[in-house]
Amino acid sequence: MSEPRSPLPAVDLARTVVFAAFIAVLGIFPGIYVGGSSVPIVIQNAGPLLAGSILGARRGAASVVLFLGLVAIGLPLLSGGRGGIASFSVPSSGFLIGWVLSALVAGLIVSRARRVGLPVLLLANAAGLVADYLIGIPFLGVYIGDLPAAALQSLIFVPGDAVKVVAASLIAAVVHRALPDLSARPATRTG
Amino acid sequence: MIEFEDVGHSYGERVVLSEVNLRLSERRVAFVGANGSGKSTLARMINGLVLPSTGRVLVDGLDPSRKGREVRRRVGFVFTNPDSQIVMPTAGEDVAFSLRRSGLSAGERAARAAEILTEHGLGGYADHPAHQLSGGQKQLLALCGMLVLDPDVLVCDEPTTLLDLRNKRQFCTLLAGLRQRVVLVTHDLDLLGDFDRVIVLDGGRVVADDEPEPALRHYRKLVG
Amino acid sequence: MLGGWYEPGSSPLHRTPAGWKLLALLGLAAVVFVLRSPGWLGGICAAVVLGYALARISPRSCLRVARTLGVLVAFMFALQWWLLGLDAAVLVCLRIVAALTAANLFTITTRVDDVVSAVERGLRPLRRFGVRPDRLGLLVGLTLQSVTVLSKIAAEVREAAKARGAQRSVIAFAVPFLIRTLRHADELGEALAARGEGDR
Ligand SMILES: Nc1ncnc2c1ncn2[C@@H]1O[C@H](COP(=O)(O)OP(=O)(O)OP(=O)(O)O)[C@@H](O)[C@H]1O
Ligand SMILES: [Mg+2]
Repeated sequence: MSEPRSPLPAVDLARTVVFAAFIAVLGIFPGIYVGGSSVPIVIQNAGPLLAGSILGARRGAASVVLFLGLVAIGLPLLSGGRGGIASFSVPSSGFLIGWVLSALVAGLIVSRARRVGLPVLLLANAAGLVADYLIGIPFLGVYIGDLPAAALQSLIFVPGDAVKVVAASLIAAVVHRALPDLSARPATRTG
Repeated sequence: MIEFEDVGHSYGERVVLSEVNLRLSERRVAFVGANGSGKSTLARMINGLVLPSTGRVLVDGLDPSRKGREVRRRVGFVFTNPDSQIVMPTAGEDVAFSLRRSGLSAGERAARAAEILTEHGLGGYADHPAHQLSGGQKQLLALCGMLVLDPDVLVCDEPTTLLDLRNKRQFCTLLAGLRQRVVLVTHDLDLLGDFDRVIVLDGGRVVADDEPEPALRHYRKLVG
Repeated sequence: MLGGWYEPGSSPLHRTPAGWKLLALLGLAAVVFVLRSPGWLGGICAAVVLGYALARISPRSCLRVARTLGVLVAFMFALQWWLLGLDAAVLVCLRIVAALTAANLFTITTRVDDVVSAVERGLRPLRRFGVRPDRLGLLVGLTLQSVTVLSKIAAEVREAAKARGAQRSVIAFAVPFLIRTLRHADELGEALAARGEGDR
């Protein structure tokens, strides 16, 4: 179950760094259209799920940590050009911090699957989302001083996030099919 | 001296190189052959980016699978796509990146980087965002990132494929003037007139190994 | 674009070392979360706003902070008032104002480079646990360079999707973008290895 390391440590580093940049670009790029909606939606928060389900738990989580670290030191990499340590001091910051757990959980589930198909990816990404809420809701609870109210308020995000789980799973499924090496070749094994 | 002793390589079931025996001591050597014939795989073995499945490679007597670090210090590598070789945001930082283990101070590294850039016609670009350079300048920058380490051998895997004719010529002239031994992988047979030795690969085997003219004649016949 | 929000200046706030400012900010965040008195929280908010005047932050930056803050505070205030009552709503909003304005003040008055050096220095004691703080600057540079490369790739992929009349499909954008992203990662990995990364 452990993730085999690639023969070149630099490849590990490159994947982590490039995926952190990928999450950033998802936010810099103006939103994209999902389904029949006429307003573009920002899919940056699908980034951590993709990181986990494509890179695996260890590298996926590392790339999210790197991304959040860059946001914290003041780079405007969050969607809408937000950034800076202020991003970690608002009521919804827990959901941001929860991205790390998202990538970790999604990656762990994918790595346990014998065959990486859509059902596994849907499960992994849904679990990743739940993991995000597990950090986000208590954080909000502390902020507003009322945990049940925090849970209630978070419900409004569920429909949008569910769409993103489905989108991330569809995308990851196609990518896994296009690059079978992702889950086969030791050099690029996702874990 | 670069030696391949009975080198073979396979990716999974697929054999991509077999029975390669070569001793390269010439100053300018080229690998040519069809797409998928194994040129890049063979070239990457010289600095240990790919390790052979069978046989062994020696660079000045050092085996890249054991002494990767020492070998990579002697062997620089220029890839096809400059965008993925430039690793830092500005030209100066990128060249200085190569020197990060040199023991020089940050100031000395920056000065040394600026020096190399000037030497190769990129003076004044040290603080320039790397992605704003032209394709030819980017490939030049990639070369500078290697030359700043003063390697003995420079392996170039289709370094001019993405360049226009003028930049291609410029790059090759520059390559010809270097002190380094050069191993060039290319599909551009025109560039090889003044090479010392041309090796033709086909289906993972060496099928010709000669001076440019006879080797290229063989290659052209092979293609039909 | 990626220069961040830093505004050059020579105020005492600009001149305070980044590490101290960061510590002060963390302390302030902790206090804000513990405090439950609107009076004290209001005082802290006022002090932070005074900081903006002291650092002579440009009206443009002030406006941008105010805009983010305004939207967030209005939304949170309405929601908490409805769910938890007026007192709780005021408390939450004062917390948001204090934490957010202070954090933005830090970001506006501190260069990213200085934050990086401060964090590198701060993490140095962790070296004996295998953490390599000296690599932080390297990671920042590598990631920023990758952001520019990936932005270019994203633009190309979007063009291609448009050319095929698929500009509204997430899959037609995200899949090729991801595949080229992964290929870039592998090429970057090789290039880094060739330049001695990972060699001890
Ligand atoms: N990482 C890899 N995994 C699996 N197969 C690979 C890998 N890299 C190369 N190959 C295969 O090995 C064979 C030789 O590839 P190589 O890149 O060495 O060819 P080449 O001569 O450089 O071709 P080109 O002229 O197209 O660059 C090809 O059939 C290729 O598909
Ligand atoms: Mg090749």
